[in-house]
Amino acid sequence: MGKILEINGPLVKLELPQTVLGEQVRVGHMGLVGEVIGRDGDTALAQLYEDTAGLRPGEIAEGLGWPLSVELGPGLLGAIFDGVQRPLQAVWEQSGDRIARGVAVPSLPRDKAWHFVPDSALHAGSVLAGGTVLGTVQETESILHRILTPPLIQGELLELAPEGDYTIEEVIGRVKLADGRIEKLHLFHRWPVRTPRPFRQRDHAVAPLITGQRILDTFYPLLKGGKAAIPGPFGAGKTMLQQQIARWCNAEIVIYVGCGERGNELTDVLEFMPELKDPHTGRPLMERTLLVANTSNMPVVAREASIYVGITLAEYFRDQGYDVVMVADSTSRWAEALREVAGRLGQMPVEEGYPAYLGSRLAAFYERAGRVETFAGDHGSVTLIGAVSPPGGDFSEPVTSHTKEIIQTFWALSKELADARHYPAVDWLESFSGYVKSAAKWWSQEVDPNWESARAEALDLLAASEELQRIVNLVGVEALSSEQRWTLEAAGLIKEGLLLQAATDEVDSFASPEKQFALLAALLEIYRQGMKLVKLGAPARRLIQIPILAQARRWKSQHTSEDIAALKAKIAMIPDAFEPLLQEYASTAAPSTLREAAP
Amino acid sequence: MKNIEFRTATSAQGGLVVMGGVPGVAAGSRVQLRDHAGRIRSGLVIRSADDAVLVEVFEGTDELDLERTWVRFLDEPFKLPVSRDILGRVFNGAGLPRDGRPPVISADRRDVNGEPLNPAARAYPREFIQTGISAIDGMNSLTRGQKLPIFSGGGLPHNRVAAQIVRQAKLLGEEAAEFVVVFAAFGASHADARFFQESFEESGVLNKVVMFLNLADEPVIERLLTPRAALTAAEYLAFDLDYHVLVVMTDMTAYAEALREVAVLRGDVPARKGYPGYLYSDLAELYERAGRIKNRRGSITMIPVLSMPSDDITHPIPDLTGYITEGQIVLGRELANQGVYPPVTVLPSLSRLMKDGVGKNFTREDHPHVASQLFASYAKALEVRGLAAIIGAEELSDADRRTLAFADAFERRFIGQGEDEDRSIHETLNLAWELLSMLPPESLIRVSEEELAKYHKGAA
Repeated sequence: MGKILEINGPLVKLELPQTVLGEQVRVGHMGLVGEVIGRDGDTALAQLYEDTAGLRPGEIAEGLGWPLSVELGPGLLGAIFDGVQRPLQAVWEQSGDRIARGVAVPSLPRDKAWHFVPDSALHAGSVLAGGTVLGTVQETESILHRILTPPLIQGELLELAPEGDYTIEEVIGRVKLADGRIEKLHLFHRWPVRTPRPFRQRDHAVAPLITGQRILDTFYPLLKGGKAAIPGPFGAGKTMLQQQIARWCNAEIVIYVGCGERGNELTDVLEFMPELKDPHTGRPLMERTLLVANTSNMPVVAREASIYVGITLAEYFRDQGYDVVMVADSTSRWAEALREVAGRLGQMPVEEGYPAYLGSRLAAFYERAGRVETFAGDHGSVTLIGAVSPPGGDFSEPVTSHTKEIIQTFWALSKELADARHYPAVDWLESFSGYVKSAAKWWSQEVDPNWESARAEALDLLAASEELQRIVNLVGVEALSSEQRWTLEAAGLIKEGLLLQAATDEVDSFASPEKQFALLAALLEIYRQGMKLVKLGAPARRLIQIPILAQARRWKSQHTSEDIAALKAKIAMIPDAFEPLLQEYASTAAPSTLREAAP
Repeated sequence: MKNIEFRTATSAQGGLVVMGGVPGVAAGSRVQLRDHAGRIRSGLVIRSADDAVLVEVFEGTDELDLERTWVRFLDEPFKLPVSRDILGRVFNGAGLPRDGRPPVISADRRDVNGEPLNPAARAYPREFIQTGISAIDGMNSLTRGQKLPIFSGGGLPHNRVAAQIVRQAKLLGEEAAEFVVVFAAFGASHADARFFQESFEESGVLNKVVMFLNLADEPVIERLLTPRAALTAAEYLAFDLDYHVLVVMTDMTAYAEALREVAVLRGDVPARKGYPGYLYSDLAELYERAGRIKNRRGSITMIPVLSMPSDDITHPIPDLTGYITEGQIVLGRELANQGVYPPVTVLPSLSRLMKDGVGKNFTREDHPHVASQLFASYAKALEVRGLAAIIGAEELSDADRRTLAFADAFERRFIGQGEDEDRSIHETLNLAWELLSMLPPESLIRVSEEELAKYHKGAA
């Protein structure tokens, strides 16, 4: 037992010999919890996860003997945890509307019994290794929770409980370790959050994560097991885009970490998720979702921990063979928490006050993403999507620039697009994806062999129009040739008919890969038809009056993803729309010079 | 410990006093200092160890004499006495009366720092508040429980806009009586404070207002306490007495500057522009006290006002605010110079919660689409205006000229309105359609075809 020597904001100096760095401590009469971040002789420096007001020098302190860990087992799905995995719903029931300090509620419910079905291949004498599936619990209708042997356990199975209902604290099996000790098995185990969970080996990521958002899937794809960042100034629609991804993506588990963000936003997620159906299974979305919430007004040290709690939960489901998406909103707030603590420790600041280890911490965090072969021989993945909130929208600031070096897919949000209410405001020139080649394989097999070339054609068109727009801004649209004007018009069509996607529109909110490609192909077809006419001498100002240009802009919200046939029928009609003009110019193209010459 | 006076100050500098040899002082506890002239100052323990306790003095350390300073540790955080009687009263930043009337006596005293609201206990803001200002109601709607700041600049009429919102804000068809205002001014000028006081008096709401004033010439450190005291009062009114509370706080820039001043004295590592790294967390502690709670009738809606230094929206104060609040109303100098009131620059303005508080069942079914269309059309019109400035209006096509006319009418008639003009949401939406009807229907792709048929007046 030790005591408090000094209190300075969230940092507390303790007289507490023999503690280990990273060890959890309980401090003061309120029982505030924190972790040791420094040792000097008999004193330890700890950062507390809760507000320290009211603590006094001389109060007691004790080391708990383990690092910050999470409980992994049935009961996780549909829950909302704070940054150190306290279940907020249960905390609310116990301590009221406001989070009282020192409240201790176990992360997973202790009284609930789960129906456990042991793995039929296992019997007394089986050799168990870490990660072996002991059996299953049907946790929600859509998710089968595989009960895993804790990663570091290895030995001979002595007994395994028969099928039946068990709470997570009941013993479901015993295993004899190599050194002869007997270890009890439960439906859950603990794992320290700052240590990545082990797996057999890393795999190549192969399949794209389908989010239903056209600018993401079609133009800047992300793979299952990949790393992405969404940087954007405030008001650029970062949260909305992340919620769209959480809502529609084809991962089996979604973990949403609200790190230093708005309380009302989490409430929004909490209130609207249960009403929504998983587009892939038809079950309520909440059954596959898990929230970690450390809002901006909650203590800063727990905010730093929340990211690690989230990724550890993600890895746990990955180890069960699931494709997991973790959305971290926002990594900038996490970095700021790091900075705040570093500042109080008096560490030398480098850029904008951030400590020198910011880059390496970020890299190590993102490296926990990936597709792996699990110990059980399955494949699972963690896809990591980190939001970045650059101050003033300046992408050269430390967190954005470090992140940019680490991730493969960069969805840059633009203030200008958002101001014009072009959502999702993903900038098609600033964004990039390193996964296009891998994604192309999937798209050409599953959707259309021309995906890669169509994508490239559309991007070229967008880039060309950006150049042209600059000319227009200087000298006006009249200065452009017909061909250039048509290019500009077609790029506008792609922007409004394809890239612009209304999250609030029932039909438009999600687009299947098939619909995405059909729309892209349709708009490109319009472009090509028009270009053919321009080449025949038709002036652009006549082309842009063809009604199909306005109609095509509405197709995305007129046809659902199930209704591809009707969309394709419209594509077949595109040449008809150009037919009258074509007739006119095809017949006059050759002799027109003659006619003009002879008045 | 409360009753013992210590005379062990070992150093004093810039608002901070170090006390030696006072063991067991609680962090964050309140302190009373008595100086050689018998004046009482108050302070707060910001760092506590047995051999040295660091105290922040609200009234500053000027004329403090180490040998003749007596310090009492009150052993509790700053608390505000609350009761129904606070309505109609004026307090200073530390919660003491400044209206010449006796202090509020109540056994119910609340820690001004509050405690973080459990996200699981929050209820999502959904009810539309009509402010009677078209640029806000039509395009950046405010909902009950939202925090929507006004980003302004020196010399812009943010105070008048804030006062107009306070006068006109109402829910569609109900309970005006349950509506009260908590007004906090920090670093405000005497003139500003008087302006608000008179504005509340004229509209007859003074007995429904609680004011917390820390004026520009009053202690900086007390400025840090002012919004906390105000929000404590707001929480009491909202969640104990079931009122719908509108909190107006001005000027957040003065608050952040006070925070920086104190941080520098404490020796905190500066992050951007000298502001401490915890500016975000500190602002969030204030802003996040807005909201609604499940199973409670009251609510806190917050309108913080901040002036952007040099009109720079990327300055740390508006920037961090924008990341915490649910949108922002931006006032612009260009419109103000053209005589448009309220000079709301709509493109960078935003209400994040609008999507869930407008449309069918709330305002009118076409509202979300109309808002989106106004944004798109006006953004397009500004592009054309930029072009016209370069190549001259004569060179523009007919379509472009119509777009320009739309932009002008939009700014003058939709954004612009009288300071006493209280437009209903229906008036606002009808006006929007009248203006959109200046544009050809095929250019309006954000509204549905049915809405076009119903509302567009067929400009052709």
